Amino acid sequence: MTHAIEAENLEKTFGGTVRALDGVSFAVEEGTVFGLLGPNGAGKTTAVRVLTTIVRPDAGAARVLGHDVVAEAGRVRSLIGLAGQYAAVDENLTGRENIFMVGRLNHLARDVATKRSGELLERFGLADAGDRTLKTYSGGMRRRLDLAAALVARPAVLFLDEPTTGLDLRSRNDLWEMIEGLVDGGTTVLLTTQYLEEADRLAHRVAVVDHGHVIAEGTPERLKADLGATVLAVGLSDPSTAARAAEILDKVGTKSPSIDGVSIELPVDDGPRSAMEALRLLDTQGVIPTTFVLREPSLDDVFLALTGKRTETDDEDADPSAADGSRGRKGARAGATTGGPR
Amino acid sequence: MTTTATTTEITTVSEGAPSPTDGGTRIGWAVADTLTVTWRNLIAYTRIPEFLFFSTVQPIMFVLLFRYVFGGAIHAPGGGPYVDYLMAGIFVQSVAFGSISTAVGLAEDLQKGLLERFRALPMARVAVLAGRTTADLVRNVFVVGIITGVGYAVGFRIGAGVPAFVLSLVLVLLFAYAMSWGFAVIGLSAPNSETAQVMAFPVLFPLVFASPAFVPVNSMPGWLQAFAVHQPVGVIIIATRALENGGPTAGPVVQALVWCAGLLVVFVPFAIRQYRRRA
Ligand SMILES: Nc1ncnc2c1ncn2[C@@H]1O[C@H](COP(=O)(O)OP(=O)(O)O)[C@@H](O)[C@H]1O
Ligand SMILES: [Mg+2]
Repeated sequence: MTHAIEAENLEKTFGGTVRALDGVSFAVEEGTVFGLLGPNGAGKTTAVRVLTTIVRPDAGAARVLGHDVVAEAGRVRSLIGLAGQYAAVDENLTGRENIFMVGRLNHLARDVATKRSGELLERFGLADAGDRTLKTYSGGMRRRLDLAAALVARPAVLFLDEPTTGLDLRSRNDLWEMIEGLVDGGTTVLLTTQYLEEADRLAHRVAVVDHGHVIAEGTPERLKADLGATVLAVGLSDPSTAARAAEILDKVGTKSPSIDGVSIELPVDDGPRSAMEALRLLDTQGVIPTTFVLREPSLDDVFLALTGKRTETDDEDADPSAADGSRGRKGARAGATTGGPR
Repeated sequence: MTTTATTTEITTVSEGAPSPTDGGTRIGWAVADTLTVTWRNLIAYTRIPEFLFFSTVQPIMFVLLFRYVFGGAIHAPGGGPYVDYLMAGIFVQSVAFGSISTAVGLAEDLQKGLLERFRALPMARVAVLAGRTTADLVRNVFVVGIITGVGYAVGFRIGAGVPAFVLSLVLVLLFAYAMSWGFAVIGLSAPNSETAQVMAFPVLFPLVFASPAFVPVNSMPGWLQAFAVHQPVGVIIIATRALENGGPTAGPVVQALVWCAGLLVVFVPFAIRQYRRRA
């Protein structure tokens, strides 16, 4: 099978010091979904900007459908669609006008662009809102419109930069279904995300990025297998009880529990069975937990498993200023409770 | 939903985007893209309330202010009615301040990530700037038309025939177009649209007011007179006035055209360079 996207040792430094990409390589097979998974500031957007010809890499090379993103930028642009992280739409135009404009700038004939605008509004559930200006759209509607506009010229390769960050659960689910529909139609998709759940649901393969490096690559199943399918999180009344509970539960999970203040977490294979065993063990030792939760693993857990550190999560996940480069990287706050994007 | 979507996706793939090489020339596409961006900017203007205000209400207020409040105290050289003297100044002042919107519009597009999105499209690079300045030119045609009407209502009469008057408006519009490219540079250099506006104002203020726009320069100190009649806004006003009111035109018009050409030669490449760097 041929590769729709190839990145080889991409490097990009901003302002002489921020190494946004520090030798990133990966390849995406045609007709598949590839997920770039990483925390804020990992370099995901920069990778997308290089692949979509917006910025030139300092070193390394990248090809889209065999065309070099620097030497044949014009050709690449006519093959791709991009829905950026912050839904770059024109607020003063209606939904229909936005799609039409992108269609015309993709050199579709006027009548084709008009027809496509109508079709896409329909398909993304925006038919009723199509003739309102974007000022009146909700966040979820903007993302859908941005995606619709990215599809106007039927791109063979689609780039989606954090398509669901900042959306509520329902809008996120809607968008996931729409993306799945596209892939059924044969489009190659590169998607970036901070959510393990999103990568797991949509991507055939995932690369985990951190500090401009790919630190792991494989199928989502493979990544999750390394983690254990479920995470058991137990809260105790005080740190010494937490330490005791961690000792008691040492053999229950696939890895030893991690302790963070009064709470401990451990990856487990078989959620309910492990939970029962854990409760039984705690009970026999007279330890009563204050909270007891089974949850899906998050990006944070992937990082913990891969690097032994938690992600350095920025406070404002969906804040556009996060891309302005003003935030330098601080030292790793190992063991800090960052919550992780959920 | 997914099944129908899938079939359309596959069966109509052939109508996909043509690459810049199939059909049409590069220049043809550049023109088409410029028109698309122009269209988009004009639509956006009609949906911003400030557009109406800055484009029409402000110039109208200036006409009324100078015609009825200050005008009585100012003696036009040559003894004609002050309103005839005034209108050339109003035309040039209005389009000069209007060209700030080129800076603000581009700064906004930059800030909102639209210029970035345009960069990933197979459109002509130059269309973003050409479309913006063309939209501002269209807007200025509209503004100049309104001011002519208001001027007529308050007593302004053409002194040198309709062809010369039309020529004067063409000169005003050419100057406005050249100024737009200058302000494009400011818009692309500013961190945001508010700053673009603040940066543009001090550039424009001395040019518009230290000029023969509203008062004859002979009451100004000598050094200021020299500045007022040689700086671009002053030169354009003198030429416009000559075309509208009569008098020797060849010298002033040639000077004005040289200024317009000079501004374009400097600012078009400068703006394009700044666009490459920022967007
Ligand atoms: N234009 C820029 N100027 C300066 N620094 C930047 C710029 N774009 C990104 N960065 C920095 O590069 C790093 C990677 O950013 P980005 O690719 O946006 O990460 P992600 O999309 O994974 O959150 C961050 O430290 C960010 O601050
Ligand atoms: Mg990003």
